[in-house]
Amino acid sequence: MRSVRVLALAGLVALVSSAAAAQHLRIGLAEDPDILDPTLARTFVGRIVFSSLCDKLIDITPDLKIVPQLATGYTISEDGKTVTMKLRQGVTFHDGEPFNAAAAKYSLERHLNMPGSNRRGEIAAISSIETPDDYTIEIHLGSTFAPLLSQLTDRAGMMVSPKAAEALGDKFGTHPVCAGPFKFVERVAQDRIVVERFEQYWDRKNVHLEKITYMPIPDATVRLANLRSGSLDLIERVLPSDFVELKKDPRFKTSAVTELGYQGLTINIANGPGAQQNPLAKDKRIREALELSLDRDAINQVVFEGLFQPGNQWVSPESPWYQKSLPIPKRDVAKAKKLLQEAGMPNPVVDYMVPNDTQSQQVAQVIQAMAKEAGFDLRIRATEFASSLKLAQQGEFDLYQLAWSGRTDPDGNLYNFVGCKGPPALNSSKFCDEEVEKELVAERTAISEAERMKHFEAVARKTLSERPIIYLYHRKWLKAHTTKLTGLVDYPDGLIRVVGLKLQ
Amino acid sequence: MLAYLSRRLLFVVPTLFFVSLLIFTLQQLLPGDPAQVMAGEDQRPEVIEYLRAKYHLDQPFPIRYLYWIGGVLQGDLGESIRIGRPVRDLVLEKLPVTAQLAVMAFLIALLIGIPAGIVSAVKNNTVWDYAANAVALWGLSTPNFWLGILLILLFSVELGWLPASGYVPPGEDLAANLEAMILPAFVLGNAIAAVMMRHTRSAMIQVLGQDYVRTARAKGLGERVVIVKHALRNALVPVVTLGALEFGQLLSGAVLTEQVFTIPGFGKLIVDAVFNRDYAVVQGVVLFTATAYITLNLLADIAYFLVNPRLRS
Repeated sequence: MRSVRVLALAGLVALVSSAAAAQHLRIGLAEDPDILDPTLARTFVGRIVFSSLCDKLIDITPDLKIVPQLATGYTISEDGKTVTMKLRQGVTFHDGEPFNAAAAKYSLERHLNMPGSNRRGEIAAISSIETPDDYTIEIHLGSTFAPLLSQLTDRAGMMVSPKAAEALGDKFGTHPVCAGPFKFVERVAQDRIVVERFEQYWDRKNVHLEKITYMPIPDATVRLANLRSGSLDLIERVLPSDFVELKKDPRFKTSAVTELGYQGLTINIANGPGAQQNPLAKDKRIREALELSLDRDAINQVVFEGLFQPGNQWVSPESPWYQKSLPIPKRDVAKAKKLLQEAGMPNPVVDYMVPNDTQSQQVAQVIQAMAKEAGFDLRIRATEFASSLKLAQQGEFDLYQLAWSGRTDPDGNLYNFVGCKGPPALNSSKFCDEEVEKELVAERTAISEAERMKHFEAVARKTLSERPIIYLYHRKWLKAHTTKLTGLVDYPDGLIRVVGLKLQ
Repeated sequence: MLAYLSRRLLFVVPTLFFVSLLIFTLQQLLPGDPAQVMAGEDQRPEVIEYLRAKYHLDQPFPIRYLYWIGGVLQGDLGESIRIGRPVRDLVLEKLPVTAQLAVMAFLIALLIGIPAGIVSAVKNNTVWDYAANAVALWGLSTPNFWLGILLILLFSVELGWLPASGYVPPGEDLAANLEAMILPAFVLGNAIAAVMMRHTRSAMIQVLGQDYVRTARAKGLGERVVIVKHALRNALVPVVTLGALEFGQLLSGAVLTEQVFTIPGFGKLIVDAVFNRDYAVVQGVVLFTATAYITLNLLADIAYFLVNPRLRS
């Protein structure tokens, strides 16, 4: 009888432990993240990992509304120059240190002042931070900066343990200590990043997973094979062709959400000697002709199985910031030809720099074929990414096919690309227009959304006719996961928020 | 033998010096600016400047070389700009993985290549020979990444016998480690087996036609003894050279195979480093593998002595 009980108990223990072991989520990433320090980090894929490690002051909802996370609420002063945030109480960092106003001030100042900080540019408008009490911070701005709150929903709003950050300095990324739902366990470069549940997390009751392993697998086919074989539970950036197949497979669930970023063609209008040779820089009618020769729907159908979102602005037509009065122009080859005739250049030869990955090449070939019908001779120059950055900055291109991963606030998709002060590697067109510049400054300092929208419209009217960039389409973040995984919510920033996820 | 060895060892030092100079110089010829790549999407000019200064990218070429080689001589291979970890740690982390993969692949190559080469030579111009040649041709002409993906589809997706990818350290779970490594090792070993088979075959055919083999047979020795003890031993000399070269190549990492099976070895490390212009990592890994390669060649030379008594005089 006793042995029966022992066996039954052992069985129960095994059952419980297998259920517990089953709460291990394995995620296939498309790239290996860079340094895991929110201040220094640069890559999109790194942000996916931060979603489980580092909570932010505030977060976004799937429809881009700002909601509390480590801050419980915020108020903005009438002049827009002070943001006061009330902080959540009873929160601890992974090393047991308390999260309070001093820690929040430390984190923000680290983002602002650490040498090599990639966050500084995002929150440079902050002039000082005060802590009137243990759970309140006041963020003072030199001048009103409308995108500030959006910046704090991303890495610039991530809080780090001051004790760990002081101890590790610029090596903090080798063992990040934040206040997210999961704590860092180990990282083997190019192989895996392992995190495990943080039992003292402030929202512990909604964290069902025990452990997450992020595995960078750059090849989309291999990533998919791993999902199919059960080695992974969730994969990101599924190829559109595979996505169509996966949708039909009852073992998997798929999700697609339009990105915050865009894909476009940057035209060298005034960047170095290259611009002087560029036929597209000579006459804006030639740029218009190029846009009119393109059928964005066809690009989407041919290369992306119709899954992506054609677009003509820096935000997608689904965004509340999209200017509906300026819709996607229809293809008009006859008009394009006429414009080229009028400009006295019926067959412009254009140097077309394209990243050397398969999808970009396919898009370029479709564009080349379409533009040819209007008279353009686009000469595709496939270029490796690091080299293309340098060439773009130096203006050694006529036309450059470029992707931007996007920011929550539309300013992040715009200011650096068409503003006179944009870094040369981003505003590689060297477009600089007095009227646009004035409107850009105005949208940044405006307080109400309606007011900003007016300025954005003015920018759109001018830039969409001047065309330093011809916006083409917006990718969808295509994910697939086993049906055992529940609770996944799609966010347009493409990140995987792990609170609420559960393996059945 | 000692004199020969010390002469060879003396050559190693200038060879490594030239290798280090070559790696460093070639790397500078790569287009693109590492600081710009490292500055990520946002491309803040102040961040680019900071990175340039931090990693001495603003210094002239000879100064940069001195910084690097000075560190190397003190055992410091520099730091990965991308993930902020010392290159030495990365090399030590990847070395057991790549070494295990190399040893397993090499064993598979030996087990298939040499017996197939012997059979093919002994049964020259028979159906056995043709079959072995056909298999060798297949092994040589099959791209690794393609074979890898097919094997994943068969053994992982369809049959579910082996994991599709992912590496498990042997200390954690030996069985899972072997399960994860067997497919990539087979893919790599398969291609080398084909080369080994071809070399063993031609060396054996040559040796089997020589007088001393006929004498051995005339003495009435059994065919097995003639082949294994007399012929194979001599035929192995070129195969040992080839083996050392192939093994050295395996140690430098198998880029495509590691990508397909997500094995975190040197191949993946170096490819990512090149694309991200992570100079210190590229230099460190190449210098390490070059040293390994040179050492293996030295060991191959010593092995000649052991298999060929004539060299000893």
